[in-house]
Amino acid sequence: MRNIDLVIIGGGPAGMSAAVSAYNSGIKDILILDREPRLGGILQQCIHNGFGLHRFKEELTGPEYSWKYEQMVNELKIPVMLGTMVLDVTEDKIITAMNEENGVFQIQAKAVVMAMGCRERSRGALNIAGMRPAGIYTAGAAQKFVNIKGYLPGKKVVILGSGDIGLIMARRMTLEGAKVITVCELMPYSGGLTRNIVQCLNDFDIPLKLSHTVVKIHGKERVEGVTIAKVDKSLKPIMETAEYIECDTLLLSCGLIPENELSKGASITLDRVTGGAVVDQRRETDKKGIFACGNVLHVHDLVDYVSEEAEIAGKGAAEYIQNDGFNKNCDIKMTLGDCVRYTVPQHITSNENDVKIYFRVSDVHKDVTVEAKDGDEVIFSRKKQRVAPGEMESILIKSDVLKNIKSGAITVGVKLNG
Amino acid sequence: MEKNFTCIVCPMGCSLKVQIEDGKVVSVTGNTCPRGAKYAQTEAVAPVRTLTTTVRAGEKMVSVKSTQPLPKENLKKYMDMINSVKLETSVNVGDVIIADIDGTGIDIVATKNVDI
Repeated sequence: MRNIDLVIIGGGPAGMSAAVSAYNSGIKDILILDREPRLGGILQQCIHNGFGLHRFKEELTGPEYSWKYEQMVNELKIPVMLGTMVLDVTEDKIITAMNEENGVFQIQAKAVVMAMGCRERSRGALNIAGMRPAGIYTAGAAQKFVNIKGYLPGKKVVILGSGDIGLIMARRMTLEGAKVITVCELMPYSGGLTRNIVQCLNDFDIPLKLSHTVVKIHGKERVEGVTIAKVDKSLKPIMETAEYIECDTLLLSCGLIPENELSKGASITLDRVTGGAVVDQRRETDKKGIFACGNVLHVHDLVDYVSEEAEIAGKGAAEYIQNDGFNKNCDIKMTLGDCVRYTVPQHITSNENDVKIYFRVSDVHKDVTVEAKDGDEVIFSRKKQRVAPGEMESILIKSDVLKNIKSGAITVGVKLNG
Repeated sequence: MEKNFTCIVCPMGCSLKVQIEDGKVVSVTGNTCPRGAKYAQTEAVAPVRTLTTTVRAGEKMVSVKSTQPLPKENLKKYMDMINSVKLETSVNVGDVIIADIDGTGIDIVATKNVDI
């Protein structure tokens, strides 16, 4: 069995950034494993622009953003094994993987960074009634067909869900000559960025039907149409509003799920809301020396934040290897206040440095105050003009504040001012 | 003439109302900040968009983009021009695929390395 200091599972934006960060923190014996034939993960098929505004102060396409990191990985000569599927990771950091060249093999790592990303919620998970004809794809699968394989998966399209990938695909398919009839969104607000609503739907006069869902799929061999209906406040379809739409393709953009089979195999405790691991401020899971970052930890809306988070995990993994563990001088729990769905990290185990807490709100609100409290005492407060579930928020808790936490917990909440 | 659209400068998403007379913006309302007014000026009169798409290279697809935003009304025309290109050689990030597309002074360049 090979011994390697740091094994990184996944060579997308999170994995590459974690590798570069660990290398720059002094760990040189690194291996990145990825099942795809090239680095970059999902960025390779996200050919649209809008990436990198925070990180590189310029607007890049997905492949260009990936290329920036691929070059760093190449320059540092960090070893990469592509076309390699990781089958298992144990609590003791033994990794079992396989590829065409080596067959099945094992590696003993000193630390592991989990960076496997996420996958899309599929039709099976949505329980839509009807037959099982061809022509039903997740938006990301359609994106791969169009942008990587060069096939147009359909000509008359209905999209269910207004997640960003769905919106991007509405524009992409329209530009390639398909007719996108409508986008249905179950919720009364869109899950996508405003920029994408404007540039992907409004620009092409594609209607966005809020509080609508697909109740039935028609067609035996190929999709022939869908029935859509308005939903009431409890999200139940109002059948009197049902409407038949003829189409040959249904794209699903109904949310992303962190891909955590390997984490479960290693008995890592997962957060029920994020679907990712429970981590501390270094992004260490509850299994010593196993870290998680990127969309496998929680689903991000901007890749820039994935890179930032992966830097923290990479640095943490390097420190863990160098010091043979961590000096944990506290355990402050993060608890959820009003309108907050989750926080990452979920707990803080050192008060030596400032800690940035990322969180997501549960609803769209205007004119609010974001607050962090230690018991009844407000330790952080900031006004925001608007918060939305589709846009991740963050607050910074200073080290000297962490040192004075009395209740053992910090509650993050959103207060409505209006 | 009045045009309505959503501002995309920041996540606020203000609903902008723009009054246009003789092809010129005479007033912008609904914005909360000066950046919104500036966005409305261009968006109302001459909207532009960065175009991203793909070009065939042998059996593979090369992702491409316009180096600057292009006039929105002609996107379909540029798409047809880009889709008529078929590359026979390997491509690197930044390689010019179509120079000065339709006399706009803007190039279509590769955004990915593809070996064929």
